[in-house]
Amino acid sequence: MIDLIDVSKTFTLHNQGSAVIRVMRGANLHVEAGECVALTGASGSGKSTLMRMIYGNYLAASGVIRVGDVDVTRAEPREILAMRREVLGYVSQFLRVVPRVSTLDVVADPLRAVGVAEAPAQARAAELLARLNVPERLWSLSPTTFSGGEQQRVNIARGFARAYPALLLDEPTASLDGANRAIVLELIEEAKAGGAAIVGIFHDEEARAQVADREVDVTSYTPARAA
Amino acid sequence: MKDLSQEVATGPLLSVRGLTKRYGNHIGCGDVSFDLWPGEVMGIVGESGSGKTTLLRSMAGHLTPDEGQVIFATRAHGACDTVTMSEPERRMLGRTDWAFVHQHARDGLRMGVSAGGNVGERLMAVGARHYGDIRGQAADWLERVEIAASRIDDRPTTFSGGMQQRLQIARNLVTGPRLVFMDEPTGGLDVSVQARLLDLLRGLVRDMGLSAVIVTHDLAVVRLLADRLMVMKDGHVVEAGLTDQVLDDPQHAYSQLLVSSVLQV
Amino acid sequence: MTDQSYNFAYLDEQTKRMIRRAILKGLAVPGYQVPFASREMPMPYGWGTGGVQVSAAVLTPDDTFKVIDQGADDTTNAVSIRKFFEKTASVATTTHTGEADVIQTRHRIPEEPLTEDQILVYQVPIPEPLRFLEPRETETRKMHALEEYGLMHVRLYEDIARHGHIATAYAYPVRVEGRYVMDPSPIPKFDNPKLESPAIQLFGAGREQRIYALPPYSKVVSLDFEDHPFDPSKAPHPCALCGADDSYLDEIITDDRGGRMFVCSDTDYCTARRDAGHLGEQAQ
Repeated sequence: MIDLIDVSKTFTLHNQGSAVIRVMRGANLHVEAGECVALTGASGSGKSTLMRMIYGNYLAASGVIRVGDVDVTRAEPREILAMRREVLGYVSQFLRVVPRVSTLDVVADPLRAVGVAEAPAQARAAELLARLNVPERLWSLSPTTFSGGEQQRVNIARGFARAYPALLLDEPTASLDGANRAIVLELIEEAKAGGAAIVGIFHDEEARAQVADREVDVTSYTPARAA
Repeated sequence: MKDLSQEVATGPLLSVRGLTKRYGNHIGCGDVSFDLWPGEVMGIVGESGSGKTTLLRSMAGHLTPDEGQVIFATRAHGACDTVTMSEPERRMLGRTDWAFVHQHARDGLRMGVSAGGNVGERLMAVGARHYGDIRGQAADWLERVEIAASRIDDRPTTFSGGMQQRLQIARNLVTGPRLVFMDEPTGGLDVSVQARLLDLLRGLVRDMGLSAVIVTHDLAVVRLLADRLMVMKDGHVVEAGLTDQVLDDPQHAYSQLLVSSVLQV
Repeated sequence: MTDQSYNFAYLDEQTKRMIRRAILKGLAVPGYQVPFASREMPMPYGWGTGGVQVSAAVLTPDDTFKVIDQGADDTTNAVSIRKFFEKTASVATTTHTGEADVIQTRHRIPEEPLTEDQILVYQVPIPEPLRFLEPRETETRKMHALEEYGLMHVRLYEDIARHGHIATAYAYPVRVEGRYVMDPSPIPKFDNPKLESPAIQLFGAGREQRIYALPPYSKVVSLDFEDHPFDPSKAPHPCALCGADDSYLDEIITDDRGGRMFVCSDTDYCTARRDAGHLGEQAQ
């Protein structure tokens, strides 16, 4: 489902003497449907960079990144947009939404984007928010004012609103209490059982051990720092 | 609504090819090419004088480009170059399938005409002749842009800046256009008013399956509204791509400068 | 003033030819505003300089001429224009609609039906019906050229929104032969149906230098909405002098205690009816 072949990434800082920073090379990754692969490695080793490249948020310098039928490194913007809508979900650590949009609509958004009518989309959103213990009185408010933990759960609800065939999870259990953490792990297990190919970053070792089928240490893809 | 297979089958809504507008020896915008697909929102950013408004106005037919094509997939005749089509056809397009939202609402509204008359004008321009129906649709659109229907007979001079801008949007969208050009739609509005407008625009774009080209210098606006982004400098497109990719991983020196020059968005 | 002092009908022959060419063009394109080189006339703008120039261009020495102002032959404007042509063209003048070959009018169409042998010349203050909402002449000309007339209905929409009905009571816009939207000059909307006429109708705007025309039997449709149809109504009274209930009426204040009467605005029509024995309730 997700295939990375010999992927590299550089940043060229044009405004700082055109310094070229090589952050990754020779990255390979293969994730089957129904499999969860955890990325590991020290902070700064490029876990998030790799994930962002899979999502199309960062441009790969070379290599192939295939998600389903789409080669993210060569696809047109609209193909990547379609991929994000239809195929690849992403739970990031940050919630970026238009202020004023209600939490319910934020969570229903991925469903609305693929043409689900408002009522069933909101029903699904409500179901997830309830399961993640987001108090119902908050549903009509914008999540921009919520606490970190609440925002995180809104983000998760949004990421799981649709049954994406592929899913990227960036620290999904961070800043959650035990009960909610268990629910998120449950959601991940359900997605796997539903056939989703998952790439995740989990600092929470227990969580990682519970849901990940394999671990890939991205440190091996990190080039020696150019002095 | 956003069925990819259908999008692929129907082709781009707008294809811009080699569009160039000169002011004497000065290049307003030079050799701009891109495709816009149904349902896509494209942002154009750049500093003042970078040519983004010239590009927008050349595409919308407000300026006559010196070179290039602006090919639009018309309902009746398929793909047509709007630069070479006759003026009546182009103006008809401007009242039906195209809409243009000006930065200053008073450029896009008739300030001496009631809110209802402003919204109804495009309907009457395409032949609506039933007062009750026109008024009903106007009231409906006022509510969609969150203006109380009780204000229908008030003139826009009595409206706040944000309301005027929403009225301009209603006036433009009432005939169900497929492509909207927007020139700094949130410029000059308070931040809280901007947010409300952005939310409204996002909803309308989704519900109506609109395509849009939005010129702005506000990167926060494009991040929230635009699927794709073009960065312009000195009349030329220096970088184009997915909005979040261009903002988070800019490749061109100027894009990097632009992104690093603003507070975190 | 001697007969030698002025060319026939005041204007020189070249000027009259220029105006006739504009008139012919106007007749060829009904409702289209033809620009013409309006001359300085020995009267102020607003006193019918456009109408006078058109009349001067169409009058022949054998014609009988009539002038009305708001339907009346005896008001200052009508009298001075009539005198003007008596002096400069030595034409016969009349107050009887039926006897006139050329009738110059301000703000009315005579009640008595016109014939194919007659020419009606209108004095026009503002020829552009779109100006109310679009002040740019470059834009209004383009709108006429491209038949973009939605704005006219915006004007009527505003009327209904504000007053509950189309409150435009004079200078009511019309569409000519399904093509040009035209301002019929400030005639009451009551007169609009009479714009479809056997007579030639010519419109002259002196200050704005425009001439337009309706050939005989042109189709002239007053703009309206399906649910607010055009209504050429008038004050619901009979004429106090002649008893006519089908003519356009002026309201006349008779004292400072609220007394008033309604009388025909067309003085010739009213006089003819009274001469024929029709009497209203206040006829002496």
